[in-house]
Amino acid sequence: MINSLFLINHSGDIFLEKHWKSVISRSVCDYFFEAKEKAIEPENVPPVLQTPHHYLISIYRDKIFFLSAIQTEVPPLFVIEFLHRVGDTFLDYFGECSETVIKDNVVIVYELLEEMLDNGFPLATESNVLKEMIKPPNILRSVVNTLTGGSHVGDTLPTGQLSNVPWRRAGVKYTNNEAYFDVIEEIDAILDKSGTTVFAEIQGVIEACVRLTGMPDLTLSFMNPRLLDDVSFHPCVRFKRWESERVLSFIPPDGNFTLMTYQVSSQNLVAIPVYVKQNISFLEAGSCGRLDITIGPKQTMGKTVEGLMVTVHMPKAVLSVNLTATQGTHTYDLATKTLVWDIGKLNPQKLPNLRGSLSMQTGVPKPEENPSLNIDLKIQQLAISGLKVSRLDMYGEKYKPFKGVKYLTKAGKFQVRT
Amino acid sequence: MDRGFPSLRSEAAGAVRTMLASAESLQLTLKPELSQEEQALTHANGKPKETHKAGNEDLKEMLESNKESLKLEAMKRIVGLISKGKNSSELFPAVVKNVASKNIELKKLVYVYLVRYAEEQQDLALLSISTFQRALKDPNQFIRASALRVLSSIRVPIIVPIMMLAIKEAATDMSPYVRKTSAHAIQKLYSLDPDQKEQLIEVIEKLLKDKSTLVAGSVVVAFEDVCPDRIDLIHKNYRKLCNLLVDVEEWGQVVIISMLTRYARTQFTSPWKEDAVFDENNEKTFYDSDSEEKKGQNEAKPYMMDPDHRLLLRNTKPLLQSRNTAVVMSVAQLYWHLAPKHEVSVVTKSLVRLLRSHREVQYIVLQNIATMSIQRKGMFEPFMKSFYVRSTDPTHIKTLKLEILTNLANEANISTILREFQTYVKSQDKAFAAATIQAIGRCATNISEVTDTCLNGLVLLLSNRDESVVAESVVVIKKLLQTQPTQHSEIIKHMAKLFDNITVPMARASILWLMGEYCDRVPKIAPDVLRKMAKSFTAEEDIVKLQTVNLAAKLYLTNSKQTKLLTQYILNLGRYDQNYDIRDRTRFIRQLIVPSEKSGALNKYARRILLAPKPAPVLESAFKDRDRFQLGTLSHSLNVKASGYHELSDWPAVAPDPSVRNVEVIEPVKEWAPSLGKAKQSKSDDKFYSDDEEKEEEGSDSSSSEDGSSSSDSSSSSSKDSDSGSEEESSEESEETSSGSGGSSSGSEKSSSESESEQRQKKKTKKMPQRKRKPAASDSDSDENGNVDQASSSASESSPESESESDSDSPAPPKKKEANAQPKMAVKSKKEVSLLDLDDFTPATTNAPQPSLVSSSLLSDLEGLSLSNVSSAVQVTSPSFGPVKTYELLHHMTGKGLSAKYHFPRQPCLYQPTMVSVQVILTNSSDHVLEEIHIGERSPASLNLHCFNTIERLEPGASVTVSMGVDFSDSTQAANFQLCTKEDQFSVSIQPAVGELLMPFSMSEADFSKEQRNLQGMNETSATVAMATANTPRQAVSKQVLSVANVGVVSSSQDSMLRFSGRTVSSKALVLVSLDLKEPPAVLLTINTDKTVMASMLLRDLKRALAQA
Repeated sequence: MINSLFLINHSGDIFLEKHWKSVISRSVCDYFFEAKEKAIEPENVPPVLQTPHHYLISIYRDKIFFLSAIQTEVPPLFVIEFLHRVGDTFLDYFGECSETVIKDNVVIVYELLEEMLDNGFPLATESNVLKEMIKPPNILRSVVNTLTGGSHVGDTLPTGQLSNVPWRRAGVKYTNNEAYFDVIEEIDAILDKSGTTVFAEIQGVIEACVRLTGMPDLTLSFMNPRLLDDVSFHPCVRFKRWESERVLSFIPPDGNFTLMTYQVSSQNLVAIPVYVKQNISFLEAGSCGRLDITIGPKQTMGKTVEGLMVTVHMPKAVLSVNLTATQGTHTYDLATKTLVWDIGKLNPQKLPNLRGSLSMQTGVPKPEENPSLNIDLKIQQLAISGLKVSRLDMYGEKYKPFKGVKYLTKAGKFQVRT
Repeated sequence: MDRGFPSLRSEAAGAVRTMLASAESLQLTLKPELSQEEQALTHANGKPKETHKAGNEDLKEMLESNKESLKLEAMKRIVGLISKGKNSSELFPAVVKNVASKNIELKKLVYVYLVRYAEEQQDLALLSISTFQRALKDPNQFIRASALRVLSSIRVPIIVPIMMLAIKEAATDMSPYVRKTSAHAIQKLYSLDPDQKEQLIEVIEKLLKDKSTLVAGSVVVAFEDVCPDRIDLIHKNYRKLCNLLVDVEEWGQVVIISMLTRYARTQFTSPWKEDAVFDENNEKTFYDSDSEEKKGQNEAKPYMMDPDHRLLLRNTKPLLQSRNTAVVMSVAQLYWHLAPKHEVSVVTKSLVRLLRSHREVQYIVLQNIATMSIQRKGMFEPFMKSFYVRSTDPTHIKTLKLEILTNLANEANISTILREFQTYVKSQDKAFAAATIQAIGRCATNISEVTDTCLNGLVLLLSNRDESVVAESVVVIKKLLQTQPTQHSEIIKHMAKLFDNITVPMARASILWLMGEYCDRVPKIAPDVLRKMAKSFTAEEDIVKLQTVNLAAKLYLTNSKQTKLLTQYILNLGRYDQNYDIRDRTRFIRQLIVPSEKSGALNKYARRILLAPKPAPVLESAFKDRDRFQLGTLSHSLNVKASGYHELSDWPAVAPDPSVRNVEVIEPVKEWAPSLGKAKQSKSDDKFYSDDEEKEEEGSDSSSSEDGSSSSDSSSSSSKDSDSGSEEESSEESEETSSGSGGSSSGSEKSSSESESEQRQKKKTKKMPQRKRKPAASDSDSDENGNVDQASSSASESSPESESESDSDSPAPPKKKEANAQPKMAVKSKKEVSLLDLDDFTPATTNAPQPSLVSSSLLSDLEGLSLSNVSSAVQVTSPSFGPVKTYELLHHMTGKGLSAKYHFPRQPCLYQPTMVSVQVILTNSSDHVLEEIHIGERSPASLNLHCFNTIERLEPGASVTVSMGVDFSDSTQAANFQLCTKEDQFSVSIQPAVGELLMPFSMSEADFSKEQRNLQGMNETSATVAMATANTPRQAVSKQVLSVANVGVVSSSQDSMLRFSGRTVSSKALVLVSLDLKEPPAVLLTINTDKTVMASMLLRDLKRALAQA
């Protein structure tokens, strides 16, 4: 399956290589560099490439290319999913997934990679299992280890690896037993010039942080489960219970995890929390343009819109901007031609407005298309679809845990065409 | 540095010497290079080093120090070097010494190093082998597994035999984790030495039978790698794999699903031809592909889906909800390739969901959707908006979305799509804008209603400022005009006007071609364009020049008066062009059109040659031919056949024999077999997979939440679905049973409720014979039913909570068995009566092993249902019957009134698969109440024992049956423990007879003889016994054998041979018993097993039993 993994940084240096079968020379990456050169933007590099003897499947995240070399037929998604799992594991272990942090922890990284794949086939990818075999680094432990000569490598097979619940380790103990659930919904929308909705949908995810002693068996039920149209679950959720009773019944992993993701059925109209009035125009003569953006609340269910931010990718011809904002700050990155307007809290009484002129490169024809606006926002304590958790019950353990549910609405891919 | 050298040198030399010694003890022949190596090593220290090695010199020093921490530090730095791809192979001798280190982290790092460089330093690598061989026998499964992992990763051909041995051993290891590792090792060995294929296939075959979810995925990977064409190995494991699938880890699911897709395409008939069975779904008429299915042609025999085919579809469906995108995709492709057309759409929603995932995932999923959407628009049409392009998408995603939108376009939605396309055309991403124009062109050709609109739109684009957009539009317009050769002179004129402004060669060439082709529509403009071209001819690109020559020729033929001179001029220019293509063309055209003496006959046809009507180009999707590859594969993604790609075969016209998937089980006793078959048929039900499915799910759900006894409800209710009237009855009944078993410890009460339920069952079964006359559908239907019954009941058996919640779990398991078995006992009611009588009067013997009537396929289907290592009733065949011997555990005199007896119920132990289940009957024969009866200390202390729950109170005269599990580890050593009451403790011991340490194991005759061949020589024990005369009939002999040992009968084709097979309970070693009855009363008794001690003991016991009257 997966033969080798190369980690390549933004500028094209291979800073880590790992082989699970015979060594593949790193010169295989040259084909990749060629494609990267051609693609200009790193996002545009095709994920699957063919070379005379190998196939290269790569992902790009956190400014690192994870490039795997493969020799035989394998489902590409299998590899892609695994590479992302590797990235997630790094994130989980080191708090971030960057070149420096990987270089600093190269031994742990190597040990992890060794455990995650055997002969190119995934062996242990559950973070709970991995953490039992290889302890994540922390300062206290490294001090203790240097003093006592201990190591961060466990010598027994993690209990999870063999049990029916591989995601949970045995013998979990907490003094404070708590279970928190965050219901986070994202609005994906495309609004056209006139402000009508071209496309909108709500995607939700329930993130959980469960720190409970023993082997608790939890049941989470909703007030209105019918809203949920399409769902995907963490392996711990019993699918049959969901099918028959529409409740989530599960033995949770220890710590943070994503319990489920869902899509709200398309019949329901999606409430768009803000409206945008914009006017961007490039004048034919005089090589300048005008920009005027106003944002106001639309359907916010009585909550405040926070963290409002507008990002505009300007056409290449725009040299500089001369704008004034009634609220918040704005910046224009000359290199990437990105205008960012950070508004903050939306005040319904005094609508934020950004206006001014754009100066253009002379002698270049005016761009035909106006740049689209990407909106970012947050609404606390609201799930925009109206989804509500009704109760959480625990079975199998005797103590009373502390429970909490939080709601949050965010803008996902929220785009306004101009 | 200098000071340290002498000591270092001697140390190094000493180390090498010890290594050598250990290698010699291995009896490995070391090549002479090693001694050279040694010399080099010792001498090297004295010599001055090259500069680049200086850095590694101190590492070597650190490795050879005595301090663990220094060594560790050195190894960490070496791993750093490896990760950067720097060569550190010269450190090999220093590193390999630490392979046996106690420090686990150091050891792991050494492993990393070893695996990386062993191939380069083969001889030195051999030094480490003995360490791994030792570790392979370690009691810690983790160490065994990692030793095997590393050993198999060392790519040194010399050790192939050692690897082979290690793999074979590990494949029968107790720990599923080690077995999983061995499956991985198979591939490694195969890639190292393909000659081992045959032997490896044997191991794969063995591992495929494994019922642990951990192993399933890995062994299928090995199967796909080593012997993908040996589809016959899958037959017997097919149902098990289907049933296990949900519990396999996600990566294993992917490979199993794709393997099963391939399998199903060879074994089942196509579900796509029919329309009779799935008629209720009318939306089928929507689909394009329907044209293939000829509606009128109704075949005499309506298509019936193979229940196994249905099983696969049903069991994979829940996986669409997986968080792993690869799993979702593989289920989607399975449905695409295997499901009836109207069912495929269940995957749509999940695929669309994946579009929310990472960019790379989107890319692959969109590619697959693109292929699907060509054939089946209806599937994705409702989700069209999900494919709208965002300005932030990378280009390759944008073009794929565009492709899909184009595929989805139809009369109804074209206006929406075109409006969307309008926005895209303006995109700053010019490559994308150009792709959009092509997409518009495709829409225009596919949907005739909008052709004109599209053309007008494209013409408007001709005045676009961006050149590439204009060029693309011209090219597309050219194609469109060709397909629509009606009056479009306006457009051509418009293009002629734009001609001067267009500089892109392809676009210019296209316009020239259009002029020439339709010169009769624009008679005035064309010559003028030619005039302009004549002026600029020399400055044009080649492609434009060629088209100019073409235009000139065509005009010459139609309008020679005006253009004769121009044509002459252009032909002359072309004649001396630098490009020989153009020179050739010019020469050819001249000969063709200008009449001369030499030109001959061709001249007459010039007009017909040049102005022939040309077929319109077909604008079609780039994904049109992608469907030749299996969806979701690398080959599909690249549109090139990747190495190692297995072609998906076409459906067979006639399905191969479905019975190959039936797992064979020994039939309990011959004369019962026919009745069994009848009973099975009588309850078959033709709507087995619509209603049942839901019901079963409900049943199993409730059983997992309630206590164990409710499983009898689910199984009994689903087994008599056909009789809808009796459903209430069954729920009633189950209430009673549950109250009975949950209620108290007094046995009589319980058994009465039990017998009640049994009587009910009997009543019901009496109705059966009438129903039997109804035309029964097919045998396999009932199979399906039975299969699922077992699924629900065994699921509840293995779920831990159900056990702990039921107060007296001891009688529960056998009762479940009964409940399952009883509907099938229909005909054999005489036997039941006697059972009932027994129940009424002697409660303790309720649990006496009964002749199991569970149908063979039923039991075998059970095999698939274990969850990783807590297998309960797996693989093991029907508990064979025979007189139960009860042994005394504690006499009431020594036990101060408490007496205990035990027997072996010969049932698979519920607690752990390696345990032998023992039932203990505790009786209070004193005159006072005994309290808190429980198990105390045990010896040896390591004895693995599953105690019964403490019995709070035992009334005088009462007795209670409890069940225990004891792990005897395949030895007849007695298990000693203390039986305690509140006041007293009594030391007791359970001494197992060797025959009780076995479990019946199902195998076919062929397998039996194959296994027997593998277990010859030392592993074979045989003796000739003179039988007592009463024992001569076959039945009597087999009865005697079964009474001694808990083995299963292997069906035999020879009359004179009797074969029995079993496995030891804890190490699962095969035990094969065969009796040759050629010359009665003498019988040749042979036992094949690698547990030789057990064999001789078993032989002794069997001899005694057979010799007895």
